[in-house]
Amino acid sequence: MNPRMMLATSRRVLDQLRHDRRSIALILVVPALLLTAVYYLYENETLPPGVPRTFDRVGLMMLAIFPFVVMFLVTSITMLRERTSGTLERLLTTPIHKADLLFGYAIAFSIMAALQSLVATAVAYWIFDLDIKGSPGYVVMIAVINAVLGVALGLLCSAFARTEFQAVQFMPVVVVPQILLCGLFVARERMNDVLENISNVLPLTFSVEALKEIASNSEATRLMWDDATVIGIIVVGVLVLASLTLRRQTR
Amino acid sequence: MHQHTAEPAAVAPAVRASGLHVNRGRTKILRGLDFTIDAGRITGLLGPSGSGKTTLMRAIVGAQRPSSGTVTVLGKPAGAAALRHEVGYVTQSPSVYPDLSVEANVRYFGAMHGATAADTAEAIAAVGLEDFARQRTIDLSGGQLSRVSLACALVARPSLLVLDEPTVGLDPVLRAELWERFATMAAAGTTLLVSSHVMEEASHCSSLLLLREGLLMASLTPAELGERGHSVDLEQAFLHLIREAEGKPSRRNRNESQVA
Repeated sequence: MNPRMMLATSRRVLDQLRHDRRSIALILVVPALLLTAVYYLYENETLPPGVPRTFDRVGLMMLAIFPFVVMFLVTSITMLRERTSGTLERLLTTPIHKADLLFGYAIAFSIMAALQSLVATAVAYWIFDLDIKGSPGYVVMIAVINAVLGVALGLLCSAFARTEFQAVQFMPVVVVPQILLCGLFVARERMNDVLENISNVLPLTFSVEALKEIASNSEATRLMWDDATVIGIIVVGVLVLASLTLRRQTR
Repeated sequence: MHQHTAEPAAVAPAVRASGLHVNRGRTKILRGLDFTIDAGRITGLLGPSGSGKTTLMRAIVGAQRPSSGTVTVLGKPAGAAALRHEVGYVTQSPSVYPDLSVEANVRYFGAMHGATAADTAEAIAAVGLEDFARQRTIDLSGGQLSRVSLACALVARPSLLVLDEPTVGLDPVLRAELWERFATMAAAGTTLLVSSHVMEEASHCSSLLLLREGLLMASLTPAELGERGHSVDLEQAFLHLIREAEGKPSRRNRNESQVA
């Protein structure tokens, strides 16, 4: 690992993004707009007293899901371009370590994800009065960890796509099952055994569980930290797998 | 460095290949090459398209693993980690980031070698793109783009520079300037391997490797090529050598190419 090469890579990736104002706008604004839509979807629901609004549950989970989905897409396309344009092969003839490249990417997109979740969380918290017991700072933290998860999976999946068209098709394969099974639509305890067991090993499940902990406890709980740690371990594992797909040599 | 041209054997070759084979799937791309490349010289790698020039260059920079045989670069096996500071590679299609400025591209590749801002500016000046430093490369012409790609290699100050068809798409003035630059670099001790399918460029090189269908037809100087091909026109000379080779069906390349 070489911090100079890693930070040069982060700077380069952000520099590329800086020239693409439309993408920046989409990354920052779209989650907040979708959150607004969710809020108005449930605007007229009638609830018995004491029962939390659906928005407090669904909106909160969406704060973690957005950065995951967006960063997965952005990363897999960017990395695929790097693979097909010849710049990756060129980079790998230089002294850069594969980890410098991957973590450089992860850092750059995490910064974007942090900004994105700051905007979305601020909208949820201040405009729509998102009602959670814990600190919104922890919500942003889980959102950023999720974004890094999206980056890691995007880096890995780009190895299995030859075109940008294929790369986008990986979203239904990798992302949608996690959203379906993370507990957003049906509580995990009420799933059948097969689905619950699959759900138990999907990374997004741990994020949703951590968010529920934040929502129902004013202090950070042990379970939340455990969940965050598990996602962190998965991220490192996926990044290691992704680095194996970067080959300096063609056989 | 020993620069006695009278006794070239005193200088260790920059590249030495022996029995180099490269297969991709069932296709035999390189079929047993043995050659050396002199240090501090310009060596031309010439041959028709599809003859294996790019694969050979990739084997030298370590991007292509040999199926058998060895390639030694600056005394180490090709692709060794220690060589990554020493070997520069410019691919045929410019491999730069189109959405970054010229300066940002050169700075990024320079960062892999600890280059300073002055080094970046120098590399950009070397390819004559000072006036375009802040422009995005996507807005440049094809010839300018390939010069950005070259600057990204120059910024590392490599001792071996491998250039795949660097003059394609350049106008005659730029081409002449580029060959002058290569000559200056060689005089300063850099080893250059330059591929081309334009035979007239062979005259700029101090020695030539002629590749055809994955086999080394000859390793000689431009003067020797003219002599053996019975023509001062190097293109004619090369064609003559090819016809000579084809006129002898006992050459193993005929048989092997039918197997593959």
